[in-house]
Amino acid sequence: MSLAKRIIPCLDVDDGRVVKGVQFVDIRDAGDPVEVAKRYDQQGADEITFLDITATAHERDTTVHMVEEVASQVFIPLTVGGGIRSVEDIRTMLNAGADKVAINSAAIFNPGFVKEVCNAFGSQCIVVAIDAKKVSTDGEPDKWEIFTHGGRKETGIDAIEWAIKMESLGAGELLVTSMDRDGTKSGFDIELTRTIADSVKIPVIASGGVGELSHLSKGITDGHAEAVLAASIFHFGEHTIEEAKTAMQQDGIEVRL
Amino acid sequence: MDQKLVAVVDYGMGNLRSVSKAAEHMADSNTRIVVTSHPDEIEAADAIIFPGQGAAKACMKALLDTGMIHPIQKAAKEKPFLGICMGLQVLMSHSDENEGIECLNVIKGNVSHFDLDSTPELKVPHMGWNQIHQSNEHPLWHQIPQDSRFYFVHSYFVEPDDAHLIAGETTHGQTFASALSSNNLFAIQAHPEKSAEHGLQLFKNFLQWNGK
Repeated sequence: MSLAKRIIPCLDVDDGRVVKGVQFVDIRDAGDPVEVAKRYDQQGADEITFLDITATAHERDTTVHMVEEVASQVFIPLTVGGGIRSVEDIRTMLNAGADKVAINSAAIFNPGFVKEVCNAFGSQCIVVAIDAKKVSTDGEPDKWEIFTHGGRKETGIDAIEWAIKMESLGAGELLVTSMDRDGTKSGFDIELTRTIADSVKIPVIASGGVGELSHLSKGITDGHAEAVLAASIFHFGEHTIEEAKTAMQQDGIEVRL
Repeated sequence: MDQKLVAVVDYGMGNLRSVSKAAEHMADSNTRIVVTSHPDEIEAADAIIFPGQGAAKACMKALLDTGMIHPIQKAAKEKPFLGICMGLQVLMSHSDENEGIECLNVIKGNVSHFDLDSTPELKVPHMGWNQIHQSNEHPLWHQIPQDSRFYFVHSYFVEPDDAHLIAGETTHGQTFASALSSNNLFAIQAHPEKSAEHGLQLFKNFLQWNGK
């Protein structure tokens, strides 16, 4: 027996409220992050990730209060991503009770930022989020590049080289999202996940495209990920975390049940 | 009945808020949890929680800068004391982290990095939920099932000179000491404040423990 593979539900948060429809049958307020987080904790989620999609500074303050509320009632690791740009942003989130922050654009604008914040807060709390799209065509060797702005803007940065660079700058973990698969329910980009996971020593979280439970197992067994992140299959009550773990266990994967 | 005072040591490192919140969550109405960096309050407290995160060198420097080294060494010998994560590692005599650094020397032994050469497939940091095999009976393991999973995040682990001090073991490529106990002191590599029901039970056990 050893380290369990992790399942991480991801919640979009706007102005301190959960958005994009969480639908549990027996929950009073699906927008209340504390209620939703508690439900996932009860189902056996290994961590919870909040993606802050708010635009204004005022809304951002609301998110900080939300993290405080959740952290005082839910005792599993919490990651906050979205709009993390400065040392102060990170300090604020950690002090509010977040355990990790996910950095995306800020790392692309200034890779030195990753090194700076890993030195300041420790690698254990710095997750670098990598949004990648396949740019090679059929017949060419696989190649993925980093995209920003929800997959609309290309950066010209090779995703695999970027992952290795982020590890060398101190990142504690990589959240790898396939922008080709995100929202398609057709499963992870396994080649992308595996190529990155096999290129670094730090854990990789697979993300983007989960539509059925078997996709989760494939992210681990074929994609070599340490953890899998999904949103909609859990939010809409299609499956509980517990069902997902049972399915993974049947596929021979060690999970925390 | 006198109120029980539990001090969470604040030396500027780590997820203090998570630790104090978990302790508060499990504290009875007669127990007060304070987050403090004052040696006087450490001295006055009935029990000490010593968290920590980040690098050993930065932790030792923060302890030095805040004048906490002596109060911590003293408390670790005198009253119920719970070390967590880096708060376990810096209790040792020496750590290999940051090209080597002398630590608090409360427990004789070294802090070593996971062996990547012999296990190239190993992911480091050791991050996630792993089992702790309880090596002995201890009040802090009360009502926590054998081999329960706790949440870990670390790249180094402790190797006490005296193997009798090992209270729990975990395997990640190799088997290492994930909890130590010595008289009034208990220290754990995992994060009980992030380990759901079993972690909360450990806090409850600590808050009820008289250190014996």
